[in-house]
Amino acid sequence: MTRPPEAGLLRFSRAVRWVHGVAGVLVLVLIVSAAVLYNSELQVLVGHRPVVEAVHVWSGVALPVPVLLGLASRSVRADAAELDRFTARDWQWLRSRTRRDGAIAVGKFNAGQKLNGSLSAGGGAVLLMTGAVMWLPDLTPLSWRTGATLVHDWTALAFGLLVLGHLSHALRDPVAMLGIRTGRVPVSWARSEHAAWAEELAGPAPDRRD
Amino acid sequence: MTTPAGRRPEGAPVGRRVFLGLLGLGAAGIVGGAALQERLTPLVAELQIRDPTGLIATLPVGQGFRFYSVTGAVPEATAAGYRLAVSGLVERPAEHTLTDLQAMPQTELVRDFQCVTGWRVPDVPWAGVPLSHLLDLAGPVDGATAVRLTSFDGEYTESLTLEQARRPDVLVALQMLGAPVTHDHGGPVRLYAAPMYGYKSIKWLNRIELTADVQPGYWEERGYDLDGWVGSTNGRDDDPTA
Repeated sequence: MTRPPEAGLLRFSRAVRWVHGVAGVLVLVLIVSAAVLYNSELQVLVGHRPVVEAVHVWSGVALPVPVLLGLASRSVRADAAELDRFTARDWQWLRSRTRRDGAIAVGKFNAGQKLNGSLSAGGGAVLLMTGAVMWLPDLTPLSWRTGATLVHDWTALAFGLLVLGHLSHALRDPVAMLGIRTGRVPVSWARSEHAAWAEELAGPAPDRRD
Repeated sequence: MTTPAGRRPEGAPVGRRVFLGLLGLGAAGIVGGAALQERLTPLVAELQIRDPTGLIATLPVGQGFRFYSVTGAVPEATAAGYRLAVSGLVERPAEHTLTDLQAMPQTELVRDFQCVTGWRVPDVPWAGVPLSHLLDLAGPVDGATAVRLTSFDGEYTESLTLEQARRPDVLVALQMLGAPVTHDHGGPVRLYAAPMYGYKSIKWLNRIELTADVQPGYWEERGYDLDGWVGSTNGRDDDPTA
């Protein structure tokens, strides 16, 4: 062990935590305002369509800002690169029925987290692109606007499900939540959830005598 | 330091491929989505009719009304408390109760409702007093060339030229979808301007004012066309509704 156990391992840098936090708040604002714009019952309750629309549009415009600023930081780029790369072990993990038992040593991110990362990024980019087409009607022909509306609606539905899944996994693991809040996680948690990553940072696990 | 310096993650850049693939699909959807929607909408509408749970109606396709309001909660008008004022450049200003309006000659129409944002509800039954009848009762004076319509939501306004307002398919609607107009649809009394986009059919109508010139309404001050003919205005090419 290279560190005292109470200090734990550094899982997320300050820059990563800020990018995640700011983008996360914007996504929640986008989802709530989208629900009001889309659902008639909520729209009846809230009204003020032009105000809700402005909140939605400008949160969307703002969403890439923390992500692009974050890419200036080496630690954000390193985590993005980590999410990008799939190894043979990742495919094995995805196919395995017992993927959570720790038999497949997982790196910093498991394959599910990697998939969520790229699907969220791609879905977010599609929402931005289609949103821009709807927002700037003079730049594109009418049929593009109709197509963009269709794609935006269905992508939003899928993106919302992805966010729900992300939140439900996070809420079931208080240590993971501690990690994104404070940046650090206990070594024991890292060894059971991300064994390969823990070994890289803290060295091989001491022999267990059981 | 989260990774030892210089170490690069191994493996194939699957994340990048997923990201770019989704972007490509999205772009294809923008260009080709309109044609897909044309095929999809009637199918889903068919399913919606047969779906007792109403879940399919929440999917982002199909042919249903969407509720739009530009203010917060709109006060509900009771049948007894409702008044429709006709004022401005007229010989005989008036205030009509709902009972008054119900006793006037009624016109029935079945027409599509087309929103300028793209959704359309086919074959909606409408019934009410032709706006021209109320104008005849009031008697516009010389110099009156337009009507300004006001909603009791406190915010929304609309306008029509006198010529447009006199068309037989412009109704002060009391019934919609075979029943009295509900509050959410703009009841007890709303306008239905059949040949024009939905934003011209002002909800929660409570004042008709004859004016010397056309005064742009709520959305017209925000960029919509003054003349809202379906199919030839607002940069759209929908099938006409009248």
